[in-house]
Amino acid sequence: MDIYRSLIIDLYKNPLNKRKIAGADISASGANVTCGDRVRIYAKCQKNGKIKDISFEGLGCAISIASASLLTENAKGKSLKQILKWNKENIFDWLGTELGHARIKCGLLALETLQQGIKKATPRKNSTAS
Amino acid sequence: MQNLKKDFPIFKNNPNLVYLDSAATSLKPKSVISAMDEYYKNYSSNVHRGLYKLSEKATEAYENAREIVQKFINAKSSREIIFTSGTTHSINLVAQGWGEQNLRKGDEIILTILEHHSNIVPWQMIARRHGCKIKFLDIDENGVLKIDQLSKLLTKRTKIVSVSHIGNALGTINPIKTIIQRAHKVGAKVFIDAAQSAGHLPIDVQKPDCDFLAFSGHKMCGPTGIGVLYAKEKILRQTEPFFGGGDMIREVKKTHSTWNDLPWKFEAGTPPIAEAIGLGASINYLQKIGFKNIRKHSAHLLGFAIKKLQKIPGVKLFGPLNPKIQSGILSFTVDGVHPHDIAAILDQNNIAIRAGHHCCMPLMERLKIPATARASFYIYNTEKDVEKLAQGILKVKKIFKV
Repeated sequence: MDIYRSLIIDLYKNPLNKRKIAGADISASGANVTCGDRVRIYAKCQKNGKIKDISFEGLGCAISIASASLLTENAKGKSLKQILKWNKENIFDWLGTELGHARIKCGLLALETLQQGIKKATPRKNSTAS
Repeated sequence: MQNLKKDFPIFKNNPNLVYLDSAATSLKPKSVISAMDEYYKNYSSNVHRGLYKLSEKATEAYENAREIVQKFINAKSSREIIFTSGTTHSINLVAQGWGEQNLRKGDEIILTILEHHSNIVPWQMIARRHGCKIKFLDIDENGVLKIDQLSKLLTKRTKIVSVSHIGNALGTINPIKTIIQRAHKVGAKVFIDAAQSAGHLPIDVQKPDCDFLAFSGHKMCGPTGIGVLYAKEKILRQTEPFFGGGDMIREVKKTHSTWNDLPWKFEAGTPPIAEAIGLGASINYLQKIGFKNIRKHSAHLLGFAIKKLQKIPGVKLFGPLNPKIQSGILSFTVDGVHPHDIAAILDQNNIAIRAGHHCCMPLMERLKIPATARASFYIYNTEKDVEKLAQGILKVKKIFKV
């Protein structure tokens, strides 16, 4: 299990979608207290409930930054419902490696933060729609 | 100092291990493991109550460990030695027990910004309940306490100053003698958190006149689950027990109870018997090596590590960087690499270090960094271990192309 594949290092050094989105529909922040990793996810949605644009800002280790890059890249055009179904297997798949007990929190930080943001934003959307 | 790795069975089972995380927990020598094994195999029984030979032997071994501890820290009496589960337990016992009875609204508690969470949170808990104020003594840019500012912090309302003998994140050796003298002038008690110093520096609770001192067995070649709280007998006599249960009582009626003598008044329930015996064995082991030798060895390794790591571009070292006022603890970062990644890559090379906030979040905030990597040395480490660490850091830089 080589978690320091060049893909991960490259994404850490040159992260994808690392920017702020002004007027985002979903904005959520999360932290991994033991390591001091922090992430904030921004997303704009289309009317059909699909992600139009998504980005992140944050500080963290290579695994957490690479995971946030890959998550935002893969989430574009996907429905919020679908994203809520994603789990660690998706992250392992994108990273091209599994993560052990010590690092799984780093890998899941961005996804869990986005999912919490979606859950928080969704009821409000429903109530305005009805 | 001769190579002591042969005394530690873990190296036989993990021949390539480079263990540089002794500030988190130390490894255990054969003599400690076999002392505990012997209790479990040959005279495993409860203490203080049994009316048979095995229990008498266990009681004798348990109380003998207390006397070993008493001599180790030069306490006046073994009545002043309370066995706990560790330093955290000891601090909580004082904060919740002594603090509950002695802290009033408006009283002040002084800590330092170097403290481990275990020497912050218990005080916050009691301070919140009693309306006390917590003040922090700051550090300079080298991680050394600004001792001149202590007099300004101390007031008539200061009831206790709780400070680490050695800071666990930066390894700074704090001037506890000065702190105790100044605190006593305003009538404040002083608690010394000796978790990082017991087993590393000679400890004498009478020389700088400590009111309370605590340490853990597992950081000084002893087992986990055992620690010590030292407190002056006078204080212990005036303090009500915090935990109730078996062994801490003299007589129990339906409506009330009376307490056992010191130190058992503070040891409710079956104590960690094997662990106390193991702690006694670890003190014996360390005393054979000698605390002067231990101190000299870690100062040497620290100096060697500073020299090696300073040569690597992009490596930033934290702390005093002076073996005279720093124990065998060295915190560092590598530009462009998160400390967690440093630790993970070193682990791929069998080098165990710690990365994170080291349970010192207020200190990390003060240093304006999220985390550091930390290497810590003890008696079984060698120059070769430090060289492997330096080589490992070069590998980290190569993988991260920095």
